[in-house]
Amino acid sequence: MTEELTDKPLRSDLKIISDLISPGSRVLDIGCGDGTLLAHLAENKNIDARGIELSQEGVNACVAKGLSVIQGNADTDLADYPSNAFDYVVLGQTLQATRSPKDVLTTLVRIGQHAIVSFVNVGHWRTRLSLILHGRVPVPDASHYSWYDSPDIHLCTVLDFVDLCEELGLKIDIGLSIDRNTKIQPIRTRSHTANLKGDQAIFQLTRERS
Amino acid sequence: MKTMTLSLNPISKENLPGHHVELGVETPLKLDSGAILSPFDIAYQTYGVLNQDKSNAILVCHALTGDQYPAEEHPVTKKDGWWKLMIGPGKVLDTDRYFIICSNVLGGCMGTTGPSSIDPKTKQPFGLKFPVITIGDMVRAQKMMIDHLGIEKLFCVIGGSMGAMQVLEWASKYGDQLHTAVPIAGAPRHSAQNIAFHEVGRQAIMADPEWCQGNYSIENKRPRRGLAVARMEAHITYLSEPALHRKFGRRLQERDQISYGFDADFEVESYLRHQGSSFVERFDANSYLYITRAMDYFDLAVEHGGVLANAFHDTEVRFFVVSFSSDWLYPTIESRTVVHALNAVAANVSFLEVQTDKGHDAFLLDEPVLHETLSGFLDGAIRHSRLKL
Repeated sequence: MTEELTDKPLRSDLKIISDLISPGSRVLDIGCGDGTLLAHLAENKNIDARGIELSQEGVNACVAKGLSVIQGNADTDLADYPSNAFDYVVLGQTLQATRSPKDVLTTLVRIGQHAIVSFVNVGHWRTRLSLILHGRVPVPDASHYSWYDSPDIHLCTVLDFVDLCEELGLKIDIGLSIDRNTKIQPIRTRSHTANLKGDQAIFQLTRERS
Repeated sequence: MKTMTLSLNPISKENLPGHHVELGVETPLKLDSGAILSPFDIAYQTYGVLNQDKSNAILVCHALTGDQYPAEEHPVTKKDGWWKLMIGPGKVLDTDRYFIICSNVLGGCMGTTGPSSIDPKTKQPFGLKFPVITIGDMVRAQKMMIDHLGIEKLFCVIGGSMGAMQVLEWASKYGDQLHTAVPIAGAPRHSAQNIAFHEVGRQAIMADPEWCQGNYSIENKRPRRGLAVARMEAHITYLSEPALHRKFGRRLQERDQISYGFDADFEVESYLRHQGSSFVERFDANSYLYITRAMDYFDLAVEHGGVLANAFHDTEVRFFVVSFSSDWLYPTIESRTVVHALNAVAANVSFLEVQTDKGHDAFLLDEPVLHETLSGFLDGAIRHSRLKL
């Protein structure tokens, strides 16, 4: 089954995340969905791949593929992991759905040497324009949700995220913005350009050395 | 009359299908209570063929009232094996691929030494002279049986309910001797509610005058009513309110109107009475006391300084923990406690809560999600451990 998966192209952010991860490392993917990234990593990079996923369908798909995935969520099921249990902890387009992004981010850099966080940048000019023109809460293109039933309760922009990292004392090692043509640009700290032009953002974080 | 009342098991252990081994002759089994069992018998059944390097063995641990016949017609009840859906050629526990072993637990009444066995000292059934046993003792006895079979490392230890407790005990005590552990619908300890339900069952048995302080077989009696009530009560805890409602609702049993009496007016009453009366034909009342006690005493954290994670330190076992959303006997939170403890030692664990309204007994029933994921888990473990199965 993993063979079939690797034939499919990875979602653009997952491809970039995969490239950030060194071969042979231990990875925890939080909100791993059907295990696409984990299966890709296990198959191609000899990764000890673990996952956490909320939906029964997702967990079912993962375990049936032979991946080690537990049913749970980032808010309640990370606390027990020992510090530095993983080389990388990945939170792919999931931060916005957590109840407490601050606690989650702090935990990510505790249990992982590196945290890799990707999210949809609400600061993109198209989103801003949409609100001005239509006067309605913009929802992501692929989303089937409306404002009242969306699981995305903590949306943020690139600038919001960078501010929070500073507040939490997290060091940004890598920042990348991706536009809809999957063109990748490095994000300089508090880049207004990235905040306007990036459809998605990916950050690699570590604990600030004290 | 005498032979009927004396034979607790309608079939004597020599005539039971399957295998039988006397253990503890040279190395006695030291029980958690401090008592010694030497020798003792383990009755077990196997399905499939043990491969050349003895790497395809799966130990199936049975629940409170289960036995070593998960995949064949039961020798007493003539009903299907309790895990027939799971074990067999081409099934999840594929007997063309794996060597399946299932033994009757210590304290049981299907051939393994228990309170109905003959005490070699007195030549009478042990009754309450049988030492109190624990889940740890059951697993120690199983380990001796596995050693006897010459199997150094089990591919998997799997079981539901009390079987899950044995799985956890196996993984904790003998983790280097198994590749994978699958505790289903289990708990790392018995909760106050679990103990409470068991106590009601035990009191029902002991309140039956025919229990005779546990010496019923010597007195040619059997506490049928007490054991039946214990089974009826326990059976309710294995189901769920929606499952009971779907199955019976308030339908009346072979009548058009209520009787204004205490007959089994309702189908659900009739069903429970049948569950109770058929159970006493195959199960020993004292075994029920001893095995429920063993479950009550189970608390894996307490053995490890109150920290469950310590039970699994440095474990290399791959775990698949499964719970059922409507199981209120061993609710999902119990399984999640195990998962969190395993996370705390960065163990390799998968966990799934199966959405079902069938209650605790769902592990015995047709749950395609369980079967599909378990199959994938085992395949993944084979790939990972580079076994040629």
